[in-house]
Amino acid sequence: MQTLVAYVENKPGVLNRVSSLARRLAINIDSLTVGPTENEEIARMTIVAHTDAKGAHRLEASLEKLVDVLLAENISERSLLERDLALIKVAADQQSRPHLMDLLKVFRGRVVDVAPDSLIVEVSGTVDKIDGLLEVLRPYGVLEMARTGRIAMTRGGDLLQPPASEVEPAAATKN
Amino acid sequence: MKLTGAEILCETLEHLGVKDIFGYPGGAILPVYDALGKSKLHHVLVRHEQGATHMADGYARASGGVGVAMATSGPGATNMVTGIATAMLDSSPVVCITGQVGSKLLGSDAFQEVDITGITMPITKHNVVVSRAEDIARTVREAFQIANSGRPGPVLVDITKDAQQASAEFDWGKCAPKLPAKRKRPSYDQAEFDRAIELLNSAKRPLILAGHGIMISGAMKAFSEFVHAGHFPVAMTLLGIGAFPANDPLNLGMMGMHGEAWVNHAIQEADLLIAVGMRFDDRVTGDLRTYAKSAKKIHIEIDRAEINKNVKVDAALVGDAREVLEQLNPHMEKKERPDWHARIKEMKGDSAVRDIQSLPDSGHLYAAHVINDLWKETNGEAIVVTDVGQHQMWEAQYYHHNKPRTLITSGGLGTMGFALPAAIGSKFAKPNADVWVVVGDGGFQMTMCELATIVQEKIKVNIAIINNGYLGMVRQWQEFFYDKRYVATPLVAPDFAALANSFGIRGERITARADVVPTIRAAREYKESVLIDFRVEQEDSVYPMVPAGASLHEMIRRPNNPLVETATEP
Repeated sequence: MQTLVAYVENKPGVLNRVSSLARRLAINIDSLTVGPTENEEIARMTIVAHTDAKGAHRLEASLEKLVDVLLAENISERSLLERDLALIKVAADQQSRPHLMDLLKVFRGRVVDVAPDSLIVEVSGTVDKIDGLLEVLRPYGVLEMARTGRIAMTRGGDLLQPPASEVEPAAATKN
Repeated sequence: MKLTGAEILCETLEHLGVKDIFGYPGGAILPVYDALGKSKLHHVLVRHEQGATHMADGYARASGGVGVAMATSGPGATNMVTGIATAMLDSSPVVCITGQVGSKLLGSDAFQEVDITGITMPITKHNVVVSRAEDIARTVREAFQIANSGRPGPVLVDITKDAQQASAEFDWGKCAPKLPAKRKRPSYDQAEFDRAIELLNSAKRPLILAGHGIMISGAMKAFSEFVHAGHFPVAMTLLGIGAFPANDPLNLGMMGMHGEAWVNHAIQEADLLIAVGMRFDDRVTGDLRTYAKSAKKIHIEIDRAEINKNVKVDAALVGDAREVLEQLNPHMEKKERPDWHARIKEMKGDSAVRDIQSLPDSGHLYAAHVINDLWKETNGEAIVVTDVGQHQMWEAQYYHHNKPRTLITSGGLGTMGFALPAAIGSKFAKPNADVWVVVGDGGFQMTMCELATIVQEKIKVNIAIINNGYLGMVRQWQEFFYDKRYVATPLVAPDFAALANSFGIRGERITARADVVPTIRAAREYKESVLIDFRVEQEDSVYPMVPAGASLHEMIRRPNNPLVETATEP
């Protein structure tokens, strides 16, 4: 599994170009998240792809060839902070509710909705942590789940910022 | 100045230096055609939109500038797809302008509506829909910049009919391209550069693989200095032909599936390969597991996505070929490498002199005769536009190009039907050039409707049909790999000379060797286009041949027949 970050133009069709490229390279995307940045014209993507380092290099270099992709970087080998957010609706009656609450404390999950026979739990963290919570919730009955997919950021002073928005000097026409 | 979107488009194209547009009108592009009629632009009416894209492509390849094709929405746009993909695979700067239904109708399955930007996304360098008149000028300027910068490629601009009809302010000074600010990656670091220099100066058996990128970057001079400094033997890719003179003793000829035997053997024996502006296509490497096992590799290439894609390299110099070579040249040590050149000469053997004209005349007419005679008669100075198949390979083997942009051919996509329209485009780019179409009887029948375009435009393009009554290259594969089961390759054709006559073009049919030269001579002297139907040996094959997927040194060699062996076994 490889993790890439891309800064892209925030406009229609760009997501299609990015995903279409992965399709063409026969790379399966495990998760792809897009969100705005401080600059409303630029969006940030975190792409988690089923491929090896060579495939990630091809994806990265090919992504950067797209006019609307400002930067693409494979950050799999760097020191990373990764987060996934999940909302999990789990069956809960009067008997099981206290047990569930205890479990959630261990995983630092929050109950964000309570109904007579179910709860909605919000949990964020690494993929492993959320998978771990799911594992223990499963016996109680997981009714529904929504996950965001991973977002990732390199740690410390290793910055990945969109290029300054000045216009690139016009490339000279050849011949 | 307030203009309609259609007028803005024409003004913008004129400002960009466009003179000729290859296109076909229709409902959704009619406002533009109305404006075209009032502009200084010359419109070439094609007979099929595929022809328009190939013409724009041929124009681009012959001139080094951008070629422009135009079509209406729907079927007009979809007919362009093959031509766009052809330009994409061969890095050719083509801008396609298509009309689109009105923006209010987008997505409604309106008459002749098709999502052409969706369709062409993977086969264009970039594409865009314009639905406001005020965006047309900037977008078209951006399209030209994208098409002909970096690694060139086709760009499609889809303009809605209402955008063509609406009015907007046009001011050239205020519509400069505003492309997204992309991160500039450093091309390569000093360590990479030093490693390349070390490899170049210490190699015992180096060999250059010269590609299309040399021509695209205009690196011919820097490349020649580089070659002569290191006294490097040079092998050409198909699209690289012309980037380095064929008459230079260091030019070995074409590599790959139908490359010269000594070239492929030299690649396999080399201790250093220097790839310049080429991408290690499967047609030049053969089986990657056995490809140039003993060679270190240096890759000079503008497209970072090509580095280590097919062949793992030891030093990658990412950048414009000319800039990289100009940086390398001062560091090159003068070398002679006599042992290596002696070894190549030995591999080349007697076949170095491949003058097939000096062979006894068996009475048969071979394609190689025709091509070789054409080469001699045109002093090797014609622009030859070839189609795809056997004749294409024979042209590459027997017509020796000394100048860049004189062989125009569809390499990457291998598009049959390319030659005739691409030659028309080339003629518009180089009106004074002697332009020859070399085409098979199969490919010619795919786009022969463009004969009418030649007549309507009153241009002179000579056409040599290498007619063997088969889809020859496919027949050759059937002969070698499918036990001579010729399924769907025998081909009925019209009487091409009579066909030409029906268009008002002079047509000839040649069946004897002795008639080849006089007919070529007469065709060159005739003021209008001439079509010559050369009836050649039906079951001749292109040799040598590396079967698909085989190792580069495992070539099928020419059996004994009246033609010269291309090389002796090393």
